[in-house]
Amino acid sequence: MNWEIIGIWLGALLTLCIYSFLYKDNPFYKFAEHLFIGMSAGYWVIYNIENVLIPNWWYKMFPEGVSGGEFDWIWVIPGIFALFMLARIIPKTAGLSRLSLAMIVGAGAGLNMVSYFQTNALAQVEDTITSLSTGGALEIISNIVLVVGVVSGLVYFFFSKEHKGIVGKTANIGITILMVAFGASFGFTVMARISLLIGQVTFLLKDWLPTMGIGG
Amino acid sequence: MAGFIEKIGNMDRRIIFVLIALSVIIPVSLNIIFPNPVGAEPSRELYNYVDALPAGANVLLSFDYDPSTMPELQPMAVALTRQLFEKDINIVAMALWPQGASLGQEVLSEQSAEQGKEQYTDWVNLGYKTGGGVLIVRLGSGFKAVFPEDKDGMNWDAIPMLSEIKDISDFDLVLSLSAGDPGIPAWVMMAGDRFNVPIGGGCTAVSAPQFFPYLRSGQMIGLLGGLKGAADYETLTDSPGKGIEGMAPQSIAHLVIMLLIVVGNISYFASRRRSGGGAV
Repeated sequence: MNWEIIGIWLGALLTLCIYSFLYKDNPFYKFAEHLFIGMSAGYWVIYNIENVLIPNWWYKMFPEGVSGGEFDWIWVIPGIFALFMLARIIPKTAGLSRLSLAMIVGAGAGLNMVSYFQTNALAQVEDTITSLSTGGALEIISNIVLVVGVVSGLVYFFFSKEHKGIVGKTANIGITILMVAFGASFGFTVMARISLLIGQVTFLLKDWLPTMGIGG
Repeated sequence: MAGFIEKIGNMDRRIIFVLIALSVIIPVSLNIIFPNPVGAEPSRELYNYVDALPAGANVLLSFDYDPSTMPELQPMAVALTRQLFEKDINIVAMALWPQGASLGQEVLSEQSAEQGKEQYTDWVNLGYKTGGGVLIVRLGSGFKAVFPEDKDGMNWDAIPMLSEIKDISDFDLVLSLSAGDPGIPAWVMMAGDRFNVPIGGGCTAVSAPQFFPYLRSGQMIGLLGGLKGAADYETLTDSPGKGIEGMAPQSIAHLVIMLLIVVGNISYFASRRRSGGGAV
């Protein structure tokens, strides 16, 4: 039995089932949707047990069979916190999950706060403080657009003063700049979605149809 | 005429789906290839940086995506890997996304077989580790503790090409092929800004606009955005592949969408004019 061909046929039929939704909702789409969600959930559970829990927790707690060594009790603690997360299933013990969540949120915030601020705020502010008179003509224009865009964009989000007069005009420039940014994002999103369509169409035309002796 | 234009504005959306489908199916089935000129774009900056690396340099290639974004990111992985192998640069691969490790293995095995490269001498795949940004911070203090063995279970000490790697600062470049979080933002925050390692990579087109500020501020040395980025890199490395093949359907589909937007707007303004300039 050629498993590759079976895989291609399954992929192709499920792709067609999913695309059939574009005509209207139908049982084929529903079947493919439910199959996808069920298989994804099952796959992720097994994948995480095999690739996350066992190597990162179980083998560290019981290293005898892997790297040698004795039972390491410290790894019982993350195990207990993991069980606390599952305590949400029972309403009476649901509060225990907050302990685990507090640890995740606290560690995440502590680790990310400074780094995030440094990378996404300070470095960008630093880059905006730029000379408007040095470099070539294009660079000067680019820098002016950058500074005007950032300042007017920020003014648009300044709500403590009514958007009238000079503030209003600057805010209008800001919203125009924001619209340009949203337009660019929309363009990139269209490109991404079409790329995914191209991938599936290529699969259907270049992998699936040749199994029936068509094209190739 | 006015009635016809208004009618077009209320076109059944299924006609639009058919038009988009045809704009992709026809060029793919006819194998139409469009020229893909590359200007002074972030993809060229990435190419130039990689091209300037000396033979024997160490590059960390992180496969931070899964099959859902393969059409965009896998062609980038192929083109980048090909260039790195051609320049005799050592590739240490890893993944912040579980399925990225397998997708990376597929690319590395294929390319190394094509170019006569050896696993553990020229490349190694360390596999997937959970943790995202936290993991990257740990890589800053030591690689071996995080990856005691590679994806296939080979011990770190038994892999000759890893003998000089202690922590993340031993890499000349980190490349992340990123479909979301964790991906490029985590590498820029935790590796680039903390340990001053040059960061480059590729991402899906959806996420590209949010990474452009990193290019201007010098936090990234180059970026491949979406399928166009992959096509650019294939052009620059003179290795045509799925990126360049995708440019014809991509361009035609974009033209159809632009046309539909224009027609939609004409119809909208025509309707507004007819109803006396008020809201439609």
